[in-house]
Formats: sequence, C-alpha cells, structure tokens
Amino acid sequence: MTIRRLRRGASPYPPLLRAIPDPPAVLWLRGDAEPELLGRRSVAIVGARACTSYGRSVARTLGRELAAAGLVVVSGMARGIDAEAHRGALDAGGITVAVLGCGIDRDYPAAHRDLAGRIVDRGLIVSEYEAGVEPAPWRFPARNRIIAGLCMATVVVEARERSGALITADFALEDGREVMVVPGEITSAISAGSNALLRLGATPVTAAADVLEAYGIELVVEPVAALEGLAGTVLEKLSEQPASIDELARVLAVAPGVVAAALTELELVGRVSGGDGVYRAGITR
Amino acid sequence: MVTRAITSTIVGLEPRRVDVEAHLVLADLPSFAIVGLADRACQEAKHRVQSGIVNAMLPWPSRNRIIVNLAPAALRKEGSGFDLPIALAVLAGSHQLPAHRLLDHASVGELSLDGRVRPVSGTIAVAEGVRRAGIKLLICAAESAPEAALAGIDVVPVHHLAEAVAYLRGEEDIRFASPPGSDDLEEPFVPDLAEVRGQERGRRALEIAATGEHNVLLAGPPGTGKTMLGRRLPGILPPLTRDEALEVTRIHSVAGTLPTGRPIMLMPPFRAPHHGASAAAIVGGGAIPRPGEASLAHRGVLLLDELPEFPRPVLESLRQPLEDGVVSVARVGGHALFPARFRLVATMNLCPCGARGDPTADCGCSPQRISAYREKVSRALLDRFDLVVAMPRPRAEELAAPPGEPSAAVRERVVAGRARLRDGDLLRRTEAASALLDRAVDHVPLSGRGRARVARVARTIAALGGAESVLPEHLAEALSYRSPVGVPSA
Repeated sequence: MTIRRLRRGASPYPPLLRAIPDPPAVLWLRGDAEPELLGRRSVAIVGARACTSYGRSVARTLGRELAAAGLVVVSGMARGIDAEAHRGALDAGGITVAVLGCGIDRDYPAAHRDLAGRIVDRGLIVSEYEAGVEPAPWRFPARNRIIAGLCMATVVVEARERSGALITADFALEDGREVMVVPGEITSAISAGSNALLRLGATPVTAAADVLEAYGIELVVEPVAALEGLAGTVLEKLSEQPASIDELARVLAVAPGVVAAALTELELVGRVSGGDGVYRAGITR
Repeated sequence: MVTRAITSTIVGLEPRRVDVEAHLVLADLPSFAIVGLADRACQEAKHRVQSGIVNAMLPWPSRNRIIVNLAPAALRKEGSGFDLPIALAVLAGSHQLPAHRLLDHASVGELSLDGRVRPVSGTIAVAEGVRRAGIKLLICAAESAPEAALAGIDVVPVHHLAEAVAYLRGEEDIRFASPPGSDDLEEPFVPDLAEVRGQERGRRALEIAATGEHNVLLAGPPGTGKTMLGRRLPGILPPLTRDEALEVTRIHSVAGTLPTGRPIMLMPPFRAPHHGASAAAIVGGGAIPRPGEASLAHRGVLLLDELPEFPRPVLESLRQPLEDGVVSVARVGGHALFPARFRLVATMNLCPCGARGDPTADCGCSPQRISAYREKVSRALLDRFDLVVAMPRPRAEELAAPPGEPSAAVRERVVAGRARLRDGDLLRRTEAASALLDRAVDHVPLSGRGRARVARVARTIAALGGAESVLPEHLAEALSYRSPVGVPSA
C-alpha cells in the first residue's frame, strides 16, 4: 500500500480544494496515481446509503457516463449511492477518487475492501486523517467538505432530509460550486432532501448530458443502436416502468426463460439493471 | 447346553450379523442376564421375553440360571429387535423347539407382553444383513414382512411368538411373504404445480432444477409462494429406479420414518426440517449415529424454509453433503457414512423485515441490517445454489391468471430433458456461447465455481429445449440465475 502526504503549500495540491474556506493542511493519498489527478475536472456524486434500486441504477449510469466523458468521479465510498458511482466509473474504465472520513489506511466500510482495491488501481483514495484514525460520526461532515471542494459540481442522487449528502451540497453552495440533483419520487422519504434542493433552485439532472453541459463538454451523442428483436421490445417496456420477469413475460406473451435471456444481454451491455427481481432501463441518451 | 439364534443389528446404515447365544444351567437361584454391550432397550428384553413366553402358554425355564450373550460382544447393540431371537434361543435351550432349526433361520422383532411380535425399524437392512450372512430365511413381524422380502430372501411372517414356535417345530406351515407389488401401495400425496398461479419464473427455475439436479434459492417478500413452489419440486421429479427405491427405503426403514402402508418408497422423498433443528438432526449424528434430514432427503428434496434463520453451524454442516453426496459421522458409538444426495431448495426474504421487493410495503431496514441478514448465509453456501430466483410480489393480474400447468406435464419434459443430458456429447457449447460466458465473467462477479455452475445450468436449459448444442440464449438465461441476492447490495 503506497501512502503519500500532500501539503497545502505543495504544488500538486488541488487548486479547487485550496480555494475553500478551510482546506485541510495535509492530504493523505493512497494509490500510485499522480497527485495531479486531483486537479483534473471532477464531479462529485453523492447520496443516501439506504437508497432505492432506482437510485442505485441512476448513480451507476451517471458514474459510468461521466467517467466515460473524461471526468474524474469523486465520492465517499459509503454504501448505496456512493459505491454505485464509483462502480459506474470503474465500469467505464474511468478514474474515480474516494474521500474517506477515517484514517487513510482503513477500508471503511469493510465490505468495500474489494471496491477500494479497484479504485486505487487507477485512481486515488484520499483522506485528511493519518493512518490509524478510527471512523467517527463527526468526521464524515468534515470529509464531505473535501468531496465538495475537489469538484466543480456536486450531483445529489437520493437524499433524505438532514442527510450527509445535503451537507455536501451545502458545502458546494458555500464554495460557489454547482449543485445538481436527480429528481426523485415526491412520495418517497428517501428523496425528500434531494427534491427540497430542487425546489430551492438546484439544477435538475435528467441525463449525464445535463451534467456535462455545466462543464461545457458536449456529449458525443452516439446514436444508441436500436436493438433488434425481443431485446428491443423488452427495453421499450422497461423504459415505461420497471418490471419483473413474470410481468414482462405476461405482457409480451413469451416464456420467462426467453425474457431472462434477453435481460441478461441487456444487462451485459449496460442498458438494463436488475435488483431483487425487478429490472429497470438505464437512463436513456 | 448352548443354543444359538441369528439376527442382525444396524451400525449406521450397515447391517452386522449378531449371534444370540443362550446358556441354561440348573441352579438353586434362578436368574436371567443379558451380556454383550446391550443398551437399555435390550436389557429390558428380559421382562418382555419372560412375559411373552409365559403368555404364549409355553413353560418358562424357572429353575435355570439363564445367560444370553449377544456376540460379537464388542459391538454396541441397541433396540428391541433382539426380543424374538432371545426368546427363540431360550426356548431352544429349554428343549421346546429344535435347536438346529434355529441355525437356518434368522429372526428379528420386538415382543409385547402377551407374546405378539411387533415390527421394528430397519427390518429391510436387517434382512439384507441376513442375506449377506448366507442365511435364506428370516422370521419377522407380519407388518414388516413385505419390506424385508425386498431384500431377496424368504420371509416367514409371524404375528405371535406361539406361531413362530409352531413353525419351527414343524407343526405349522407359513407362506413366505412376497415383496410389495405396486397395487398394494398407497399413492403418497404430493401437491401439484397446477395450484400455483403466476410465478412463471419460479416455475421455470423449478423445472430446470428437476432436470439438471440443481439447487435452488427462492428469495422474495413473504406471501409470494416461495414455500408453495418448493414443496412442489418432488412432484415433478421422475419416480425412483428400483435400486434407488431400495436404497431410500433402507434409510427410512432404519430411521423409522417409513410411512405405514407404504413398505417401499417409490417416489423421491421430501423433507422440510424446521429452522430450530440441530446440526445432528439435519446431517445425522447422535451417540449411536443415525441418519439426519439430509439423508432422509437422499434422492429427493430437502427444503430449508427461511434459510437465514437456520443457525450458521447447521448450514455449514450441509456443505459436505452438498459437495460429496454423503455425510460421515464419527462418534464414540461408531463411525458411519450416510448417503445424502439431495436437491436443496431454500427460501429467504430479501431483508429482515420482509418488505423489500414488495412495492406496497415500506421497508425500513438499514443497509447494515440487510447485509447482516444476507451474510447469515455464507458465500460458500450461496455458491452452491445454481439457481437463485428473486420473486418480487406479483401484481393482481398475475394472481388472477388461470391455474398453471399440472406437475405431470412438467415431469414429462423433465424426464425427456434428463435423457438428453445423459447423452452427454451432444450438448457442447457453441463458440458464441463461450464468448458470451467470457464476457459475463468480466462483468459480473463470478467465481471459478460460479462459472462452472453457469455452464452446467446452460447445458440443462439446452437439454430441456431439445437443442443440439448449448447456444448463447441458453447461456444468457443461465446467467440470469446468478445470485442477485448474494451480492450484498451495498
């Protein structure tokens, strides 16, 4: 495990982070990548740990498409939205950075040890705490200021009221950065906080292109290959609403095994994601 | 004078010959002792034998010191099956029946106080032991005679000790019992798949499991029919072959779980132990090793309802039978190997409160609680489920569907699919299918074992579909059964 120290005065210290009111005096870095990587154009994707499968799917797709467009995806390696954003970026072969709220040598939560290993393959894990520092509840809000501080924009996917993701959004606003929000169901408590941000005037995100626009990146619109045959029909149905294999089989009047095969194909090309037996289409465009 | 009667006892599932020797000597102080590592039930034989003989209107040798030895003396004996051979040896010792006749016959059975002969568990295994010992005739209770006749020896069915004595004296002829014909077997009740509405995905998984002998995990909120489906797997399995039936019957006979009226198990057994069961109850054990639920489900189905509720040691103890198809139990009382090749069907909820996967309920489980719940089932055990099916709550339209296909129709396809699977070579993977598998391994977390299992399931699907080789669509469907539950959704 390579661990390096980056002082505020040193030249590779990310300029955006230096601009916030209380930049950490020291940044610890884990991973072999260049520290300059932290100065590249980055986007934060944050949200609830207890998220819905919709939130998970959106976070993954955004992570993938934003990383594919060349942005560094920054998040907190927590369960739920954070982890999906990292995974999405890794899916695209992109670069992602995790900011920890504990000592630089800790994989927290422990369940994400594998994920941490994949992040440092090409990206970095960052913390203002030296090795051995235990995770503590008050360290996470402080960690959030680094996440917001490293990025020009923060995308909130799902957040309850008074949640950590809202703290990150607050930091981003104080730092004068862009705050963007993925709209959630108005009846869901898990989206209450993020929808409140929208009411206050945050930019709604309906596709990766909405985020890229803020960076002045025009998404090279690959004409999405129209899918032939059953896979296409299945995708069409799923873009109306999420469904189980049984529902699809009934509506399309085909055997469940055939639907399952079509869904696997769609999953492998990243057009559909499933969880707990319910499949949904990825965001289009 | 020493007289000898022959019988068998069962160690694990294996019969061992036991000689019952009786020595009667005239003595001023009459006594009756049984030696030869006999357990309590055997020791109590003294009282049953004495009452039985007296109530059979035969004289009890009351002026004798009687010693009964169960040889080999080092082998632990248990149970009440020695009553009849002990009584016969004592009667021969007191010259009430010809001793040489006892050497051509083996005997087994419990005596009641009035001299009637009662059946004991494991009679078919005893009969096999008798045959292996080179003895052609077995005297046993009439109720267990058809079962014993399956072992291929001549069985003399008796109802009462007096009847056995009369037969051995040559005063009465008894017709040998014949093995059970298919006519005198009661059809066991097996629930039918037609009763399950909707859940096409689950039904499909069951059909694949029945064909390729795969283990299935059904996961979903309560009330979606997981258990109902699991209980219907035995009904779509083909009937047992004759050898399998004998093997299964022997296990159930030894365990004493053979249903009355059905001396032979022709259908695959079904066992559904409660999650309060101990590891010994599930895989077998005890001071004297006995088969557990895993062995009772041999060649049939073991249903573990609410899998995460089972204690972890119990679940881990299932890994050996799942891998090797046998359970080995080593105890002070002996070492035993029990066959345990069963299809495992398990059910679980998607979260501790159960609401997850149900759009109409609000699940308040934190991610930590959900992963704690799912981690109760180890990755190693999850890896052994070839088919993992998430069963979300069906919509009203699906429950209003007409009754599903009956089990008999599904079973026909299963039988045909199995036949094609046996013709192994036909089902090779096409290159396109292999390419798909490689692509999938890059995308989803698939262990080496996981990959091999996907390939096996794909082969089963191809066989069910009547295909010549394993095509990409078969493989794609097989991949869809890869644990969406197992990967903690963190």
